[in-house]
Amino acid sequence: MRRLMRQLLAGPYIVWIIGFILLPVAVILYYAFTSDTGGFTLENIAAIADPVHVKSIVLSLKLGFSCTLVCLLLAYPLAMILSSFKFRHQSFVVFLFILPMWMNFMLRILSWRLLLSNNGLINTFLERAGIGHVKMLNTPASVVFGMVYDFLPFMILPIYNSMARIKDDIIEAAKDLGASHLTILVKIIVPLTLSGIISGIIMVFVPTLTSFVISDLLGGGKVLLIGNVIEQEFMQGTNWNLGSGLSVVLMIFVIASMALMNIFDKDGGAAVW
Amino acid sequence: MKRFSLLSAVLLLACLSVCGCAGGTDGLKDSAAQGSDTLIVLNYGKYLDETVIRMFEEETGIDVKLEEYESPEEMYTKFKAGSIAYDVVCTSEYMVERLISEGEANEIDFSRFTYYKNLDPDIIDATKTFDPETKYALPYFYGTLGILYNTTMVSPEKVTTWNVLWDETYRDSIIMQNSVRDTFVPALRLSGSDINTENPDELTAAADLLIRQKPIVYAYYVDETADEMAAGNAAMALVYSGEAAYAKELNEDLDYSVPKEGSNLWIDSWFIPKSCKNQENAEKFLDFLCRADTAMLNFEYVWYGTPNLKVKEALDEDTLADATIFPTPEILADCEVFRQSGPDTTALYSYLWKKLKSE
Amino acid sequence: MVKKTVSRCYLTVIFLFLYLPILVLIVLSFNDSKSRVLWGGFTLKWYFSCFRDETIMSALTMTLKITVASAVLSTLIGTLAAIGISAMKKNHRAVMLGATNIPLLNADIVTGISLMLLFVRFTNLGFVTVLIAHITFNIPYVILNVLPKINQANRYTYEAALDLGASPLYAFYKITWPEIKSGVFSGFLMAVTMSLDDFSITFFTKGAGVNTLSTMLYTELRKGIRPELYALSTLLFLLAFSLLLVMNYQSDRELRHHPTVIRRSK
Repeated sequence: MRRLMRQLLAGPYIVWIIGFILLPVAVILYYAFTSDTGGFTLENIAAIADPVHVKSIVLSLKLGFSCTLVCLLLAYPLAMILSSFKFRHQSFVVFLFILPMWMNFMLRILSWRLLLSNNGLINTFLERAGIGHVKMLNTPASVVFGMVYDFLPFMILPIYNSMARIKDDIIEAAKDLGASHLTILVKIIVPLTLSGIISGIIMVFVPTLTSFVISDLLGGGKVLLIGNVIEQEFMQGTNWNLGSGLSVVLMIFVIASMALMNIFDKDGGAAVW
Repeated sequence: MKRFSLLSAVLLLACLSVCGCAGGTDGLKDSAAQGSDTLIVLNYGKYLDETVIRMFEEETGIDVKLEEYESPEEMYTKFKAGSIAYDVVCTSEYMVERLISEGEANEIDFSRFTYYKNLDPDIIDATKTFDPETKYALPYFYGTLGILYNTTMVSPEKVTTWNVLWDETYRDSIIMQNSVRDTFVPALRLSGSDINTENPDELTAAADLLIRQKPIVYAYYVDETADEMAAGNAAMALVYSGEAAYAKELNEDLDYSVPKEGSNLWIDSWFIPKSCKNQENAEKFLDFLCRADTAMLNFEYVWYGTPNLKVKEALDEDTLADATIFPTPEILADCEVFRQSGPDTTALYSYLWKKLKSE
Repeated sequence: MVKKTVSRCYLTVIFLFLYLPILVLIVLSFNDSKSRVLWGGFTLKWYFSCFRDETIMSALTMTLKITVASAVLSTLIGTLAAIGISAMKKNHRAVMLGATNIPLLNADIVTGISLMLLFVRFTNLGFVTVLIAHITFNIPYVILNVLPKINQANRYTYEAALDLGASPLYAFYKITWPEIKSGVFSGFLMAVTMSLDDFSITFFTKGAGVNTLSTMLYTELRKGIRPELYALSTLLFLLAFSLLLVMNYQSDRELRHHPTVIRRSK
């Protein structure tokens, strides 16, 4: 009875889910499986096999992997350093990483463009230092750079959270028993932070798959990700059916990559969060 | 317990007051919006001097709500979804043509206008390509598509032809437009095709040219071109004359040229959509925009070529002679207005564009 | 010692990476030239003119209205939902969490357009539709921040309180609330942040006359962003920064253990 009462608290949210989450998805599915004349078709889903779309999805996966890997490599040591500081309370760290988001996203990316452009601050600096001019903007690398910039906090925070939960005693005990630093890292820290690593990977990889703004602003329109294709179909080609079809395919990719990561996560279940 | 309910009460109050206070004045406006004395105007971003709107509101007592957008396609997306009942819309001519053909535009009774006669008959004539009987569209600003170049990096003789955009010496310093039709113009003209061609072979050939050009292109930009050029980040850019004028203001080294192979003439125009709730008010607004003083305010705000003869009369010779703002008849002779392409061509354009971008 | 120096350097580099673009914008807000690349001397004029500019001010009030209202409402609905979900059977819980993930997994533009298509069938777009859209993408952040807290909390204490005659509300306030408070708070904060930063979804669901700072910024791209907006963003950022510092100081004793869960798609 009490349990039922408690469950009822989710009532407003259930209404919300049906009205504003499931119904819009149904709209997308409807568009995905119909042609512009309204008849049923699988063409919009099958369109993913078109060489142009295959190319863009492969590129999205490639950039997504690179971005996730770079984030992981940057974030792990950072999380270790942060947790060694023993902040009086951890939310401060969290604040430091989400604070940049209070400055509008578009402004921040534009600001990177100022820094990275041909005549930008970094190039001016490099030229003064005698290193010479480096073309940085409008390459796949600059897109990855922008993605790392935008998503790094989402890798750092879960890893940091899981690392901060490790009790000092365990590490002390391992040291007392003669374990080397490397052993401690491989045998204790990494396994205990695995769920954090996996949440981090999902949190970074999934949004990179669907992103399109960063590739437009830092890729100079020369990098076509699957997100850009969908955007183009909705905004320029005005082929909403194709756009919806590709979105559905993208959703399947996202769900598949989450499921894949969950297999590695021994804690199972809701450990993603 | 007490503390908790107190806390929640305070929270609720705070929330209500924030919504309430802030909503106070706008709330009134909202309710007024339902009445007939409001006009919902859809226009490009920064394309209308706010003083003009305020003058109109004062003189007529009609409340104007301005909604701005960035690209014609995104305007079309919002418009077609029927999300807002717009009363009067300004957009590019090919979009006007498309909406007229879809039966989305109301006829405008220009005989009721007091200031319609201020408009240049030649420009009204040019609108016949997309509005044959000139009964749906009111030209607002016009201009050309051409090359904005940095005179310290490129000599003026070179930019007389579109070929310069394929010149290897300018590797990584050419900016193209991040919109399909515009970027196709140079390629189509170079291969001798009409910019409104619907021939798949010609379009594919143009796309191949563009694919060959891609390695030397610095970027495909839409909105940022003027700033990038002013900053000296590139030597040349494919731009609309309006943006060129804005960029020239920022950087004196910049100049603008329309290559001899010919280009596109654009005429941004107003039309009254079917969703208009008060045709009379909408027409009043359009008439108001043609008045000499308001047209002048808008011209000085936007700095694009205006079809308003009264404004042109009042301008000094330097401004009138500036080919970036007012293209000469010789330039105009080689320019064509975009026509809305058929569904097959639109789909082909969209596909070729993706192909170019994914190379 | 060397290790410490290395880690400090590393930390500095990462923070520089995250805050460098913000620093550039702050510097630009003091630039006495409209150009984004040329330095024209120090000025405070943009700070004064931004408060006199009607469009900027109305966009600011609209942004604040939407952000605060959507964050408060989504925190309320989300917290209740998290409590409800935690009491559900495993299968039901999985279904609920699956649905919660959907707005996070979809590309923003797809969420925005699908909501727009839905809204236009029933109503005109306006303030309310933007609010609903924002609540929709904010709730998941709240739930995902609150749920772990509830799962960590000891349910039996709450049950025991009820057995001893406490009313559910009293038991909630005395037992559950202290345990989930920090999660609710960070959920609220995430909701505020996401609302402030959103462009795509707002763009598609907004009606005439509704302009947030993000959508206004977007229409300004072509003619160059007014420096007033740099000034305003700087103020917002500094405000948030000092607020967080104060909150950090005040809640020091209360929030000791505080893992936060966040994510987003862009």
